[in-house]
Amino acid sequence: MNETEIRQAIFHSLKQIAPDTDPSSLLPDKRIQESLNIDSFDYLQFIVSLDEKFGIDIPEQDYGKITTVRALTNYILTRLQDED
Amino acid sequence: MIEFKMPNLGADMEDGTLVEWRMKPGDTVKRGDIIADVETQKGLIEIEVFDEGVIEKFMIKEGDKVPVGTVLALIQPIEDKRSELKKDPVSKPVDVKVHPIEEDLKGKPSDETTTPERVKISPLARKIAETNKIDLSRIKGTGQDGAITRQDVESAIERVKKTTDQPELPEEQRDKEKTPQGETIRSAIAAAMSKSNREIPHYYLSKKINMQHALDWMGAINKERPPQKRLLLAALLIKAIAHSLQKVPELNATWENGLRLKSYINIGFVIALRGGGILIPAIQRADEKSVDEIMEALNDIIPRAKAMKLRSSELSESTITVTSLGEGGADEVFGMIYPPQVAIIGFGSIVEQPFAENGMMGIRPVISATLAGDHRATDGLSGSLFLTALSKCLQKPEEL
Repeated sequence: MNETEIRQAIFHSLKQIAPDTDPSSLLPDKRIQESLNIDSFDYLQFIVSLDEKFGIDIPEQDYGKITTVRALTNYILTRLQDED
Repeated sequence: MIEFKMPNLGADMEDGTLVEWRMKPGDTVKRGDIIADVETQKGLIEIEVFDEGVIEKFMIKEGDKVPVGTVLALIQPIEDKRSELKKDPVSKPVDVKVHPIEEDLKGKPSDETTTPERVKISPLARKIAETNKIDLSRIKGTGQDGAITRQDVESAIERVKKTTDQPELPEEQRDKEKTPQGETIRSAIAAAMSKSNREIPHYYLSKKINMQHALDWMGAINKERPPQKRLLLAALLIKAIAHSLQKVPELNATWENGLRLKSYINIGFVIALRGGGILIPAIQRADEKSVDEIMEALNDIIPRAKAMKLRSSELSESTITVTSLGEGGADEVFGMIYPPQVAIIGFGSIVEQPFAENGMMGIRPVISATLAGDHRATDGLSGSLFLTALSKCLQKPEEL
């Protein structure tokens, strides 16, 4: 899976939990949770959907490393490469 | 014969529209069965029965909008169960009463028709009219005996559209303006909060609570779990409230011509809807549930609340309310009590602060817990005891 595909999958997951927003218009360095007004329950659903999509379990202590689309994309890319 | 009435799903509810009967006369019902779907200001609600018996007769038909307390159906009780049920205090909510205060609220002028006139109209036409906010009294029916038909309603909608002659709005804004659900929720909140502000003399208290132990405890548990099984802080806070209320039971009560203590602890949890507005479903018997069980209840209720598909018991039986602002928001929140309850607990966002404890100073994650109490029902001492108990039990989350 390449960077663009990962980003598209992230946008798809975000659209599911925040259907009234346009996640694809989010600037890469903007904080996802605040920009899309996602509460902690929906954020957990987002993490669950990433787990289901990419097969990677993001531990709670890494939440601080994945606050923006750019950071999250890189994080997933690295985790997927590590698993290969 | 048991009169099954339009339930009161909160101080802000005046009426409901029976959308669909899920059962038919002759069917046997038991406690918890869903008998009907009712459209309210809080969405399409599944209405549960609290009795056992056989449905004798429906008193209203699908599409009818009736005030709270109207008899919807007659249920023939199962004789041998009857006396048993009478002893059970839990079965009490069946007798949904319109409290004097709510009658007063209904009597006040409002731009919504609260007592529906018996207008002859098909359920479908009524639904279309309500969705489009068409005043039925202004439509002349062309159907049999002057009944209003779907075509009559659609022509009326066309007329309204032509007369309003609105300038073209961007699509997003147009959609917003067409969302009657958002508006009805807003008016439900407006009614409840105005009543709260008008009738309840609030007092406010706050306490800063060190959350280090609670967060460490939760972090250690979540570390071992896949995302699907992780706990949210809300589950722990609800459990801690339920535990603390056992020590200060006078806050777990309602004020209805006097203080009425509740024998069960149902914690209403404020959920903000993405489209605006809030809903407050209850986590029932939170004192009897573990933190994991409360988390399971949240996983079940929150998505349904956000989709506005709750059950009647979840909206009508809260004995106290909690509102939590979550991360990154305001530091503290002073809530408005949801009548007829007598207290609301608020949690601000967790912030790192210098915190002195046992003569030592350190940086700690701190949450500000607040309590708004009804001063007719309790005094500041009760509120203070509660917040102290809450702080204490959050220092030993493993014991909850």
